[in-house]
Amino acid sequence: MKTPVVELAGVRRIFEGTPPVVALDEANLTINQGDYLAIVGPSGSGKSTLLHLLGLLDTPSEGVYRLDGIDTAELGERDRAGLRANRLGFVFQSFHLLGHRTNVENVMLAEVYRKGSKSERRTRAIAALERVGLGHRLDAFPTTLSGGERQRVAIARALVGEPSLLLADEPTGNLDSVTSEQILDLFDQLHHGGLTLAVITHDSDVSLRAERTVRIQDGVLSEATVVPTGDSP
Amino acid sequence: MSPVELVEEAQEPAEASTFSLADLLAESAAALTARPTRTLLTALGTILGVAALVTTIGLAKTAGNQIISRFDELEATRVLVRPEERQQGRNSVVVNVIPFDAGDRLRRLNGVVAAGTKSDVEIEGLARSVPVVDPLGLNEFQIKVVAASPGLFDAVRATLETGRFFDHGHNDRGDNVVVLGPGAANRLNITRLDNSPAIFIGEQTFAVVGVLRDVEREPDLLNAIIVTDGFARDRLGLLGPGEVHIETDIGATELIGSQAGIALAPDAPDQLRVSLPPSPRGVRSSVQGDIDALFLILGGVSLLVGAIGIANVTLVSVLERTGEIGLRRALGATRMHIASQFLFESATLGALAGLIGTSLGILAVVTVSFFRTWTPVLDPWLPFAAPLAGAFIGLLAGTYPAWKAGATEPVTALRSGT
Ligand SMILES: Nc1ncnc2c1ncn2[C@@H]1O[C@H](COP(=O)(O)OP(=O)(O)O)[C@@H](O)[C@H]1O
Ligand SMILES: [Mg+2]
Repeated sequence: MKTPVVELAGVRRIFEGTPPVVALDEANLTINQGDYLAIVGPSGSGKSTLLHLLGLLDTPSEGVYRLDGIDTAELGERDRAGLRANRLGFVFQSFHLLGHRTNVENVMLAEVYRKGSKSERRTRAIAALERVGLGHRLDAFPTTLSGGERQRVAIARALVGEPSLLLADEPTGNLDSVTSEQILDLFDQLHHGGLTLAVITHDSDVSLRAERTVRIQDGVLSEATVVPTGDSP
Repeated sequence: MSPVELVEEAQEPAEASTFSLADLLAESAAALTARPTRTLLTALGTILGVAALVTTIGLAKTAGNQIISRFDELEATRVLVRPEERQQGRNSVVVNVIPFDAGDRLRRLNGVVAAGTKSDVEIEGLARSVPVVDPLGLNEFQIKVVAASPGLFDAVRATLETGRFFDHGHNDRGDNVVVLGPGAANRLNITRLDNSPAIFIGEQTFAVVGVLRDVEREPDLLNAIIVTDGFARDRLGLLGPGEVHIETDIGATELIGSQAGIALAPDAPDQLRVSLPPSPRGVRSSVQGDIDALFLILGGVSLLVGAIGIANVTLVSVLERTGEIGLRRALGATRMHIASQFLFESATLGALAGLIGTSLGILAVVTVSFFRTWTPVLDPWLPFAAPLAGAFIGLLAGTYPAWKAGATEPVTALRSGT
């Protein structure tokens, strides 16, 4: 059996304050290679908190998180950042593209904090853009693209260097339904190509496509075998 | 897969994140050129500050050099001797001990280039160039008359328009000869000497032997009729020359000043007053001191304002680029990587401002020098030091914003959008 990409054991995330907020409580989760996981739940339920923990942008208050078998609690800042650079890909609701850089330059940014050859960065970035169907807009600026195209540039950036896990936080949240479908088709395609995905959504369409759905309610995580019919208010 | 392999895989060391120098340069350059106008405006204060400092230092150096060469040329070679005024009871009495051969005596001193005497004298009557006295007085003028020894012409660096200076023969004999200053010649309407013109003052007749073109010292000679000491002594009752002008070798003024009194009046040197030009070094430092202090303060203040400008705009841009900071952290940047990029950007901005400021400053020095016909003088270290100073200012100004950028939590930063 292969090492799971993600192993969460008893992970809690408590935000200090009066009163303290338990954003994630006793979470246990395993994501295997090639999984396509949807994380659903109402607003404020702790979805983003979970994603930030998985993405090593935040640290658990308690519990164990192993990424590709590496216990992340024992890592220093440079090693955690190194895991983000080499093994994780992020896709955000608001794209996070730099307006003054061309599409290909935005994708090349993914390799700035990585070790390894720089000479082929452009070639790899072009390949990634071609993979998301934007091979014809390489040197355009993201400001001239539609929302769906921008999100595809962001996905290309996350794909460069073959991450172990692609994390997406409401990737279709800023898109209309037709464009959303296209992005979800792209995710399906990537999934079939072997990519491991964890996608946050409160859109049931997204969770319908995923093979696994994890539901969060008030910071409590539960794996659903049956897809819920809709979002709680 | 065996359990052993699994353990090995689990212990595989994590790859540390890196940010190569080439990437640091490229990312900073991209950020600075993304908004060129803003970058330039941010740097403006520092540009002006550095330009002001370079101009000040350059002009002070250039002007200082100029002052020295002026003194070398004229003032630093001039010594003047006059009788000392003395208090006797209530009256101040002048006992003139200057001999008529003062010029010749001084010429014997080592370091004297030329020496001659000059005295104001009066001849009764107006000056005219026609023998007949015009009853309407249209051709008669009140013109200053000066008695001189032949050596005076060299001592005041006189040049001739036409004719020649009177010589020792004229002087010793007390001949009725004159040299005219160009102003006097003009009023008396004497332009040529080939017809041996004469001028008349009251009852006296004089042959004009020369007309001056210019003098570098004692400009009153330009409007004067210059007669010989001998004539003044024999015919006008002049007891002794009024003053002695000495032109020395460069740097010999102090020496000649100390020897002149004894050479002229061995038994009463204290009855002579020797004046030397002010020390060029003293003048230079006092003039330069004033300029420097003022402009260095101005330059320093504008540099400070420039630094605050860079700090301010960099801080604003850290806030504006919060989303970018979050993204970079997600892409694998550490706090240090973020901080170093912002720090490098502001240092580069400072260095760039220093470079532009230095160029402007040098341009200003050259322009001012051109219009004042000075030779621009620059310390060779200045064009190198100024951009470095700019980079240092940028570094200083960027420290707090860079720290702030590095300390931004990625989760918070990503929530800010863009
Ligand atoms: N930095 C924080 N400090 C305090 N509370 C926080 C912080 N971040 C999130 N929370 C709280 O944790 C809970 C879960 O938030 P989040 O994970 O963003 O929810 P979701 O993404 O599902 O909408 C919310 O109640 C939210 O207010
Ligand atoms: Mg959220």
